[in-house]
Amino acid sequence: MAGGNYEKYRSDGSFAGNLLEWIDARFPVTANWKAHLSEYYAPKNFNFWYFFGSLALLVLVMQVATGIFLVMHYKPDASLNAAGVPVAFASVEYIMRDVPWGWLIRYMHSTGASAFFIVVYLHMFRAMLYGSYRKPRELLWIFGVLVYLLLMAEAFAGYLLPWGQMSFWGAQVILNLFSAIPFIGDDLALWIRGDYVIADATLNRMFAFHVIAIPLALIGLVAAHVLALHEVGSNNPDGIEIKAKKDARGIPLDGIPFHPYYTVKDIVGVIVFLMAFSLVVFFAPEMGGYFLEYNNFIPADPLQTPPHIAPVWYFTPFYSMLRANTVNFFWVDAKLWGVIFMGLGVMILFFLPWLDRSPAKSIRYRGPIYKGALTLFVVAFLVLGYLGMQAPTPAYTLISQICTVVYFLFFLLMPWYTRIDKCKPEPERLTK
Amino acid sequence: MRKLILALLLLPLAALASGDEPRLDRAPDRSGDPVALQNGARLFVNNCLNCHGASYVRYNRLKDIGLSEQQIRDNLMFTADKIGEPMRVALTRQDAKEFFGTWPPDLSLIARSRASAAGSGADWLYTYLRSFYRDPSRPSGWNNAVFPNVGMPHVLWQLQGEQVMDAGHKLTLARPGALSAREYDDAVGDLVAFLVWMAEPQAHFRKQLGVAVLLFLAVFFVVAYAMKRAFWKDVH
Repeated sequence: MAGGNYEKYRSDGSFAGNLLEWIDARFPVTANWKAHLSEYYAPKNFNFWYFFGSLALLVLVMQVATGIFLVMHYKPDASLNAAGVPVAFASVEYIMRDVPWGWLIRYMHSTGASAFFIVVYLHMFRAMLYGSYRKPRELLWIFGVLVYLLLMAEAFAGYLLPWGQMSFWGAQVILNLFSAIPFIGDDLALWIRGDYVIADATLNRMFAFHVIAIPLALIGLVAAHVLALHEVGSNNPDGIEIKAKKDARGIPLDGIPFHPYYTVKDIVGVIVFLMAFSLVVFFAPEMGGYFLEYNNFIPADPLQTPPHIAPVWYFTPFYSMLRANTVNFFWVDAKLWGVIFMGLGVMILFFLPWLDRSPAKSIRYRGPIYKGALTLFVVAFLVLGYLGMQAPTPAYTLISQICTVVYFLFFLLMPWYTRIDKCKPEPERLTK
Repeated sequence: MRKLILALLLLPLAALASGDEPRLDRAPDRSGDPVALQNGARLFVNNCLNCHGASYVRYNRLKDIGLSEQQIRDNLMFTADKIGEPMRVALTRQDAKEFFGTWPPDLSLIARSRASAAGSGADWLYTYLRSFYRDPSRPSGWNNAVFPNVGMPHVLWQLQGEQVMDAGHKLTLARPGALSAREYDDAVGDLVAFLVWMAEPQAHFRKQLGVAVLLFLAVFFVVAYAMKRAFWKDVH
């Protein structure tokens, strides 16, 4: 780790050299540069799936940067202006129309929210493909799941801010879920909203959460995530430890320094990502109603419930699990079961490192059972996501019930099926 | 497995095609046509702006569709004094509730909020403005095939004439208006183009800028990829 293990920088006599020596004597610049970049050895066989970690970091920075400029012009105020429009809603349109380049900053931020979830979902799927959550990376995984949880809270709070119909009614549905908790539910929901309905008090506290409380925690956790990664080292598509085979200098034989190798490679990934991102921002910022819902171009109206309330796409798999519970089982209300299943659906991710008992980490050396189980899991997750956007029908409810069961069985049966699966032997050194 | 995942990713798009909303006609795309937009602005100010506001759109923004400040002042500004003022209406909420039973919504964003799986907001507006028919059972005497029991009377009736609905829910022109059916469709197309413009005045520039950004990224990609190749030459 950064600290005493690295030699301090010695100046070559130039001005820049002297300056660096001066700073390095007082602050571990060289040590950190080496520990995290130029002497952090990463496996040399990273593939496509390994772009999404650095991309998630990029999106985080982009969201913070664009968010700062949005806060300069946005007003978290639910009262009506002279034209009869809520001030918050009008301030978003002010950003879109009257603030120079405001439309671009706003679209980058709104597209960035969806992009964040896309890269994070792919990043998580990578971990499941190659067993990146397995020992010794359990804590790394747990920090990651916490980041994902915070990201959902951040997105939820942010979605209320434009104060459109979907902002309002989506928040109404989700915050009402707290009232399903026995005994304290109604009081808890009231306490969270700060009013009997979603109102100005709710808008202001969600603004506080969205712009300071959650981002602060998020950045701290991301830092912990990266520190944990650099402590244990990166996993790779073969799922074997490169630190097991080192040369005389103690450098992993299959490792290459992160900088410059992966920095130059990630720049290529960043450009490809920015191209896809730009296609949305400049040519389809609403993304067919998936990234910006059409109903959200109508100001929030507490007296008019939209016919169909759907959360944004990144929440819909869990929203489907909520709606899939339609039976008052064991004298417990179906709504409470829904909340329990939705909560467990996320929480169960924390236990993944201990549920998996396979001798092989990577999908390359795992047997057919895990490959089948993972495929079923992905299909169930995507179908749940799709159904969460649709108005419920009896057939859809049945399918979402089946998919919810598949989702949970993937985790709950994992200790059993990963043990009996026929794995191939792992290689000694990295393959392609 | 890759094909399966791809198929499932595309599933929601396929399902979008189905839906129980009424079939919408496709609105003509006149977003880059200043003559159409200016004619749409004229129709909007003369017919819509008496009850509906467009409170996010400032009069001087109309310069973007090729009008001069003097032209805007002389032909389009009837209710505002300053060119930087937004397009507001004098009608109060209270009066509107009495006249129509509801408050005419602000139309700044109507072309975005009316979009759905059935079609774009422009398609909805284009169909809606051509689907009014005589209905004596309604307080205003008018009804609409796309928006049943709508509060708004057919403001453009002098242009279109009067339609009636037969038993098969088909609309036919019972009494012609000042414009022929084709001329009326054309005028509505212009009006809808203006509503679409108002919903996002920078949309045209956004797409132009997008092309430039993508071209820049394409060049950047070539350079970055060459750099990656050069650095990775010694990794085996």
